[in-house]
Amino acid sequence: MKENVVIIGGGIAGMEAAKQLLALGYCPILVEKEAQLGGHVAQWNRLFPDMTPASEVVDGIREGLGGANIFLDTEISFINKLKDGYSVMLSNGVNVVCRAVLLATGFHLFDARKKEEYGYGIYNQVITNRDLEHWFNGAPDERIGGRDLSKVGFVHCVGSRDVKAGNAQCSKVCCITAIKQAIELKEKFPEAEIYCFYMDLRLFGKKYEDFYIRAQRDYGIHFLRGRVSEVSEDISGCVCVKAEDTLSGKPVKITLDLLVLMAGMVSNPGVGQIASTISLGTDSDGFLKSRDNIYGIIESERRGIFYAGACTGTKTVPETLAEARSAALAIHNYLSSSGL
Amino acid sequence: MMDFGFSLSPSSTINLDKADLSLLRKVRALEPDVDICMACGSCTASCTAGPFTGMSVRKVINDLQRGRATEIGKMVSGCMLCGKCTMVCPRGINTRHLILSLWRVYDKEAAR
Repeated sequence: MKENVVIIGGGIAGMEAAKQLLALGYCPILVEKEAQLGGHVAQWNRLFPDMTPASEVVDGIREGLGGANIFLDTEISFINKLKDGYSVMLSNGVNVVCRAVLLATGFHLFDARKKEEYGYGIYNQVITNRDLEHWFNGAPDERIGGRDLSKVGFVHCVGSRDVKAGNAQCSKVCCITAIKQAIELKEKFPEAEIYCFYMDLRLFGKKYEDFYIRAQRDYGIHFLRGRVSEVSEDISGCVCVKAEDTLSGKPVKITLDLLVLMAGMVSNPGVGQIASTISLGTDSDGFLKSRDNIYGIIESERRGIFYAGACTGTKTVPETLAEARSAALAIHNYLSSSGL
Repeated sequence: MMDFGFSLSPSSTINLDKADLSLLRKVRALEPDVDICMACGSCTASCTAGPFTGMSVRKVINDLQRGRATEIGKMVSGCMLCGKCTMVCPRGINTRHLILSLWRVYDKEAAR
C-alpha cells in the first residue's frame, strides 16, 4: 500500500509537491480550505517576467494530480503527535495517520485598509494590486472600468517594510508586480500618465531589470522616489496624492484618477493554531521558522514536518515551485531512511 | 503693497498637475534615452566641472522630468563636454549628447 503524506494547503506549493510525491510513489492527501485549488496564483491574471497566464501554471500542475486525494472546503481540525508520525483530523471527519506532513499554507495579502492614510475602502479611486489583477481577469470593477483614465499612480510597499504595520520584511514581488501592472494598464489606456511611488526598486530576479527599462523607455512610466504620505479626495472626484520627491529634495503633489496600492505579503494568521498544536515556531518575521534559513528552509524543527512556499517567507512563483519539488524529495528521503 | 516687515515664501512643492514638460519632450525627441535614467548619480560623481559650476546631469534629468527648467540652463552651461559622465553611465545613456541636445534646444529658442 502506498504511504500517505498529508499536504496542508492547495495553492501552487501544495499542488506541485503532491504531483511530485505521486510520481515518487506516495499517496498525497491534499487539504484545501477553499472551494478550489490554486490559491493566490489562481486569482492572478498574468505573471512576470514573460506575461505567462497564471491559469496556464495552475492548470499545468493540476494535470499531474490525477490519483491524488484532494479535499476541498476542508480544514485541519487538529494534529496529534504519535510515536512515529502524526494523526491528522480533518473538518470533514476523515482521520489520516502519516509519518510526514507538508505545510504549504502560503501567505495573506496585507489588508490595505490598515494604512488608513492611503484611503483604501474610503475613496472609490483607491484599489489594490489584487483588485486590478481581478479586473484584468475580467471581473467587473466600477472603480477602474467604464471611464477613461488619464493619470494613475502606484504605491509600492503598502504594508511592507513598515514596522508600524507589523511587517518589517520586504514582500519582494511588489516592485516587479507594480511595473508589470503599470505596463498592462498603459497598454489598455495608452494616453494615461502612470507614476510609481517607490522607496527602493528591488528588481532582483531574472529579467526584472529589463522589465524596468522597458517600462521607462517603451511605456514612458514615471518613477518617483518617495513614500506616499497621504491621499485625499478632491471636489472633482479625483484623489490628491502627497509625497516627498526625495531625488529633488522637495514635496510633490499630484492629482490622480486611480491609485493602486501594492499590498504586500504577510504571514498567514490561520496557520497559528496548527503550528501551536505541534509546537512549530515562528521566525522573527512572523512566518514559520525553518530548521535553517540557508540549507534547511523546507524543513521544520520537528521530525516529519516539512514546509514549501510562502509559509516560511515571501516567495516568487518559481521559488515556490522549486521549494515544493525540493520538499517532495526531502519527504521521500525522510520516509525512505526512517524505515518501516 | 504695505510693508509688514515680513514676507511669505512661495511653496517649494512640486505640483505635477501643473508641470510644464515641453522641454523634456523636445529633449526626448533628440535623445530618447533621457527616460531610462535611474538617478544613480554616477554622472554627477564623475563630473570634474560639477563641484565648481553646479553642473549635475542627474539633477538636470530630474528637473526635466519635474518640469523645473529654471536651473537647467545654468547647470548645462557649466559643462565642458568632457564626456566622463557618458563613460560611467550604467544604463548607457549618451549624457554628453543629452547635454548637447539641450544646448541645441536652447539655441533654437534663443534664435526665435
